[in-house]
Amino acid sequence: MKTSPPPIAFEELASAVPVRRGQVDPDTWVAHCAAVREGGGRLVALWGADERAHSGNYALHACLAERQGLTWLTLALNDAATSYPSLHAIFPAAARMQRAVRDLLGLQAHDAPDSRPWLRHNAWGEHQFPLRKDFDAATAVGQPDDGYPFVPVSGDGVHEIAVGPVHAGTIEPGHFRFSVVGEKVLRLEERLGYTHKGIEKRFEGLSVEEAAPLAGRISGDSTSAYAWAYAMAVESAAGISLPARGVWLRALLLERERMANHLGDLGALGNDAGLAFGLAQFSRLKENALRANQAIFGHRYAMDAICPGGSAVTLDGAGASRLLHELNVLEDEVRRLKHIYDEHAGLQDRLLTTGRVTPALAAQLGLSGLAGRASGQAWDLRVQFPHAPYDQLDTRMTTHRAGDVAARVTVRMEELLESLRLCRLILHRMPPGPVAVPCRIPPGRRMGVGWVEGWRGEVLVALTLDDDGRIERLHAHDPSWQNWPALEHAIMGNIVPDFPLINKSFNLSYSGHDL
Amino acid sequence: MLHLLRQILRTGIRTDAYPAPDDTMRVRAAQFEAAVLKRFGRAAAIRHVDAGSCNACELEINALNNPYYNLEGLGIHFVASPRHADILLVTGPVSRHMETALKRTYDAMPEPKFVVAAGRCAGDGGVFGTSYACLGGVGDVIPIDVLVPGCPPTPEDLMRGILAAIAPGQGKTAFGSAPTEEGTNGLSPLENLHAHGG
Repeated sequence: MKTSPPPIAFEELASAVPVRRGQVDPDTWVAHCAAVREGGGRLVALWGADERAHSGNYALHACLAERQGLTWLTLALNDAATSYPSLHAIFPAAARMQRAVRDLLGLQAHDAPDSRPWLRHNAWGEHQFPLRKDFDAATAVGQPDDGYPFVPVSGDGVHEIAVGPVHAGTIEPGHFRFSVVGEKVLRLEERLGYTHKGIEKRFEGLSVEEAAPLAGRISGDSTSAYAWAYAMAVESAAGISLPARGVWLRALLLERERMANHLGDLGALGNDAGLAFGLAQFSRLKENALRANQAIFGHRYAMDAICPGGSAVTLDGAGASRLLHELNVLEDEVRRLKHIYDEHAGLQDRLLTTGRVTPALAAQLGLSGLAGRASGQAWDLRVQFPHAPYDQLDTRMTTHRAGDVAARVTVRMEELLESLRLCRLILHRMPPGPVAVPCRIPPGRRMGVGWVEGWRGEVLVALTLDDDGRIERLHAHDPSWQNWPALEHAIMGNIVPDFPLINKSFNLSYSGHDL
Repeated sequence: MLHLLRQILRTGIRTDAYPAPDDTMRVRAAQFEAAVLKRFGRAAAIRHVDAGSCNACELEINALNNPYYNLEGLGIHFVASPRHADILLVTGPVSRHMETALKRTYDAMPEPKFVVAAGRCAGDGGVFGTSYACLGGVGDVIPIDVLVPGCPPTPEDLMRGILAAIAPGQGKTAFGSAPTEEGTNGLSPLENLHAHGG
């Protein structure tokens, strides 16, 4: 039976993407989410805010992806009632987000199955809440080590392998607890939060200009995606409309970021399967792209190139011709390497059927981005909700249904080639004119949203500016929140030595998740 | 297989000339005799710890092993255990949640050991600063020898800093070579070493 949600008074929020906002009560909170789930929608983000100075309440916020766009729900809570109904049964991905809300704000999902902390280790106490406005950011607490209770697996011959937070290779820190029998993994439990840097607290009180460099360093490999989502949120809050060339430049930078990350990961995936040739070749192509960025945009990763109001970099005719030439060379090289990967029996043997996430499981977990598309989840903001200039680019979405490492490699290859096509199209069609406008914030408390399809998946920035135009609350959401839990499933039944390969095929962000 | 071999031949050798050590990145005087370090430099082992970075520094550290920089061509390689390491390469503003892991990794390394802090955050916390969650700089947690600037530091600067840790004061005589057109001299790493004082 289809349940229709109680009516919510929605108001449209001006943004480059379709967004509507509505206040709900605890019953409607659950009912609307259940209806969205039933209609095939997803939970994009869930976070809390201390809005006591403004309304006397705390607020619990959620963003949901529905057919018509993004829905931003707000549930008011107060000191007398800091608990709320859990969404974990509707959206399993909500479980960790709710634990993080508890750690940072002290708002508790009252029927959640897992009451362990998530982002909090020992930097602050159980009864301290960094995102409350009366918590001083300079507080140095430093609790004794917390002895996190991992879920034990018992049985004949079962043993544990504890990995991290310092890993064998050059990757970010996190802890993986494997329960194995022989070589086979029965269960993986992740523990994250090691790179928690207090980023959301750090944003508080900053002007929109001061905050831009921080927004671009939430997850370094996605700097363009975050910078754009942040700028879009500021422009949404302030009602700024952008000059066309500035937006086209942003898309060029975002597609080049997608290209560079896919090149890097395709090489690393070859290497993790024993094909060092793949790493040597793809890392060379990635380096070429980074050097072109340095020459043309002044930074290898184009950090700080996207700013509120437009773009901080320009592109002249010579730069555009160089990029076009290099794209042509790159495409030939990628096609050759794709052929070698496709035909390499030894490589394919390692990739096929390894680390599967079935489409059904992916739908249940709300798997996002390229990993979602490799498991039949046909969501791509550039296609479904194309903001400028994607509304003029007709992006081709790649999906696959196998959900294994091979499928994620295929999706990456196809998205890499599609990004090459998009970059060429952008370079040919980019209109002339100014690249930025002054970023003036009108008076009054304002809210805005930015939502961008980064290389890993959708990046969301939800922003509240105070009466003085400074940041009251900024929540940045990385697609890794949705995808980390899926990795725990993907490894089950596989052998331990395949974990690096499976992990790399997702390549999730720790920093973007731990904040 | 034929395609693969053809691609290798088509690509050729792309390694750039190695940069010289940059002694200005040193934050404390060399602890060992130059003669000892000269022997040491040829086969240094690095253990990397991300102490809370945004992951951009890791992208550049990984780039050190691409064919252009080819750090291993100098005999410098990354190892999986601090017990095997001569150099600890640390990135990030040291989150409080990584403090213990970083100290333990440092303590697990045998003497003599060097610490290279890489990136603006590793210097003073960078955009993340010092807070309830960040200690703000590697030097506040463990002693450091070299600080490599940049956000993120370029692979070339990372090499200059790593070389400054193990070959201070040796300038171009140790590893450097004349810059060439487009930065590529067409020689293999081995040939580079022989041609330029190796």
